Amino acid sequence: MESLVGNIDLKESLKQHLEQQLSNASSYLKEISINSFDKFEKLGFPTIKNEDWKYTNFSTVLKNNFQLSNENSLTYEQLSKLLFSKLQGNILVVVNGIYRPEFSTILEKENTLQVRKINNLSKEFIEQHLSKTLAVSDAMTSLNTAFASQALILQIPKGKVVEHPVYLYFIASSDSNIFFHPRTIVVAEENSQIKLAEIHQKQGNHISFSNAFTDIYLDKDANVEYYKIQPDQEEHYHVGTTQVVHKEKSCFCGTTITLGGTIVRNNMNLILNSNHCDSTINGLYVGNNNQHIDNHSLVDHAMPNCLSNELYKGVLNGKSTGVFNGKIFVRQDAQKTNAFQSNKTILLSKDATMNTKPQLEIFADDVKCSHGATIGQLDDEPMFYLRSRGLSESSARMMLVSAFAQDIIEHIKLEPLKELMVTMLEETLIQN
Amino acid sequence: MLKINNLHAKVESKDILKGINLEVNPGEVHAIMGPNGSGKSTLASVLAGRADYEVTEGSVEFMGKELLEMSPEDRAREGIFLAFQYPVEIPGVSTTNFLKTALNEVRKYRGQDPIDAVSFLNLVKEKSKLVEIDPSLLKRSLNEGFSGGEKKRNEVFQMAMLEPKLALLDETDSGLDIDALRIVANGVNKLKNKDNAVIVVTHYQRLLDYIVPDFVHVLYNGKIVKSGTKELALELEEKGYDWIKNPVSA
Ligand SMILES: Nc1ncnc2c1ncn2[C@@H]1O[C@H](COP(=O)(O)OP(=O)(O)OP(=O)(O)O)[C@@H](O)[C@H]1O
Ligand SMILES: [Mg+2]
Repeated sequence: MESLVGNIDLKESLKQHLEQQLSNASSYLKEISINSFDKFEKLGFPTIKNEDWKYTNFSTVLKNNFQLSNENSLTYEQLSKLLFSKLQGNILVVVNGIYRPEFSTILEKENTLQVRKINNLSKEFIEQHLSKTLAVSDAMTSLNTAFASQALILQIPKGKVVEHPVYLYFIASSDSNIFFHPRTIVVAEENSQIKLAEIHQKQGNHISFSNAFTDIYLDKDANVEYYKIQPDQEEHYHVGTTQVVHKEKSCFCGTTITLGGTIVRNNMNLILNSNHCDSTINGLYVGNNNQHIDNHSLVDHAMPNCLSNELYKGVLNGKSTGVFNGKIFVRQDAQKTNAFQSNKTILLSKDATMNTKPQLEIFADDVKCSHGATIGQLDDEPMFYLRSRGLSESSARMMLVSAFAQDIIEHIKLEPLKELMVTMLEETLIQN
Repeated sequence: MLKINNLHAKVESKDILKGINLEVNPGEVHAIMGPNGSGKSTLASVLAGRADYEVTEGSVEFMGKELLEMSPEDRAREGIFLAFQYPVEIPGVSTTNFLKTALNEVRKYRGQDPIDAVSFLNLVKEKSKLVEIDPSLLKRSLNEGFSGGEKKRNEVFQMAMLEPKLALLDETDSGLDIDALRIVANGVNKLKNKDNAVIVVTHYQRLLDYIVPDFVHVLYNGKIVKSGTKELALELEEKGYDWIKNPVSA
């Protein structure tokens, strides 16, 4: 177990830990890892001087001592408290970045859902799916890729429909502060379908810092319904990227629900690389106290006739801060693109702040694009209406805020998850 | 039950109510008429507790208590109900859920237990019949996409559910078709008894054919400039407001 102080030591310890981890890895994995780590070292941890990290500052937390190994003493009993009994299906558990088959339950047949570790896969597969198609190759992504020799691979063969939803739990568990780098690669082959929900949980009171990356490859006609669920947790830091690469006529629908966390940075990158792709991304963020929630999205329209639709909504209370940065590129070839983006935030307190920035760069001429961002308080009119019927100020506020937020939850097609989110949202709002 | 004494109110430094005096007793129906912009909705809003209006002078007593010191919700719980001239649309809030919460908050204030699900549904059924509101409307978000008339009907439905002591109906008749006007007015009449009171704000005599007022007041330029019985409304219908606006030349 390594202990260290400060960014410089942290980098050095990460390097040592990486060397240990790579001792058994195949040569091509090693090469990718070492190259990625070099890149990370050159770039360094992002600072607020970097335009993409202007508002989101991890420098303070990085001064802590961190456990870098995956060691843990998580018991089945502790784990079961972190799993939601409402969510039945394929349960996959990743602890401190390592897939744990003994904690997992796969209902699907092997010919429908293949769950493997990356070291069992061919060189071709790895080269194709790890680091080749990167929308953004920043320091945190490079660092994650450096540790990708532990990656979990989910593959849905051609024409297969994964019947039960896949609940993928990322659990942080340790006896000291922990910093880890879960990597997941989802490959939905031609005309396959999967519903996948990532749930990020922590166990214990120590600082957990996860630097996660999920690649989702959709082959022709594939359909992926994806959720990223981040319950309200203390001493929890998260940088996580979901990168979606589309082939023609594939359809992706992603929803990110962030109900808290100390500092959270979510990147959602859509690469629309073929014709007739359909991508929807929704997000809900609820911040309280000093929480900081940052959602960056990048929608890259490279080919014609694709649709992207983006709606992020947030409620910020206390001294919390929110960030939304929505980039949309419509490249020259991407004629007949439809790209829509909207970001709406309600500030419930004077001390809460929101930074929102849409960024559209359009190089094609035959396109329909729109974007809009609003930041505001709850409207007086509906407040007065509800109160004039006898509702207390707090229950009127609760009703309006949850109506605002439910808009995102309503779009969750996975019924048990929707129900869970309704309850979790109410609980979070009541606490706020 | 309601005593308004020399009430002055302003909004954004503009004086709107300039000394209103009005007394309403249990069992009475009062009609308030008057030209556009004279302050009728302002009066109703001030009574319901809207924060935009600042009361600069005067007092209002309701059921023996100082009304102006109460929050809007406490006024509602004490028995004041405002049927809005322009009911606001509230997406995402289900009408039924909202009404149940409202009803229970009012019951709690009165020391009653929360209503159980079955009784609530029965109550909804009974009251929606009374005002002949389409039950499918109640499943939708509050007023969202409702037609003008549907909104007004929903106001009276809520009134029926909450059974206020004093109902303020602000132009509840406008936007209603002829049949709806009769139905809504009948609903109001059925809810009327010797212990409660209604103030109707209207521009038209035809509502007063159904809801017959004991008193008619004319509000002009922030003041009640004339009061009378139901005959006054007929007279206004015939002559308009000019003779009241310019009493000297009349
Ligand atoms: N929030 C506000 N800001 C500025 N002026 C206001 C505001 N609310 C009301 N007023 C003004 O106060 C005056 C009285 O308005 P009020 O709505 O009470 O009239 P009313 O008698 O109900 O009219 P109508 O018959 O058209 O409904 C009007 O001149 C109106 O423009
Ligand atoms: Mg009015």
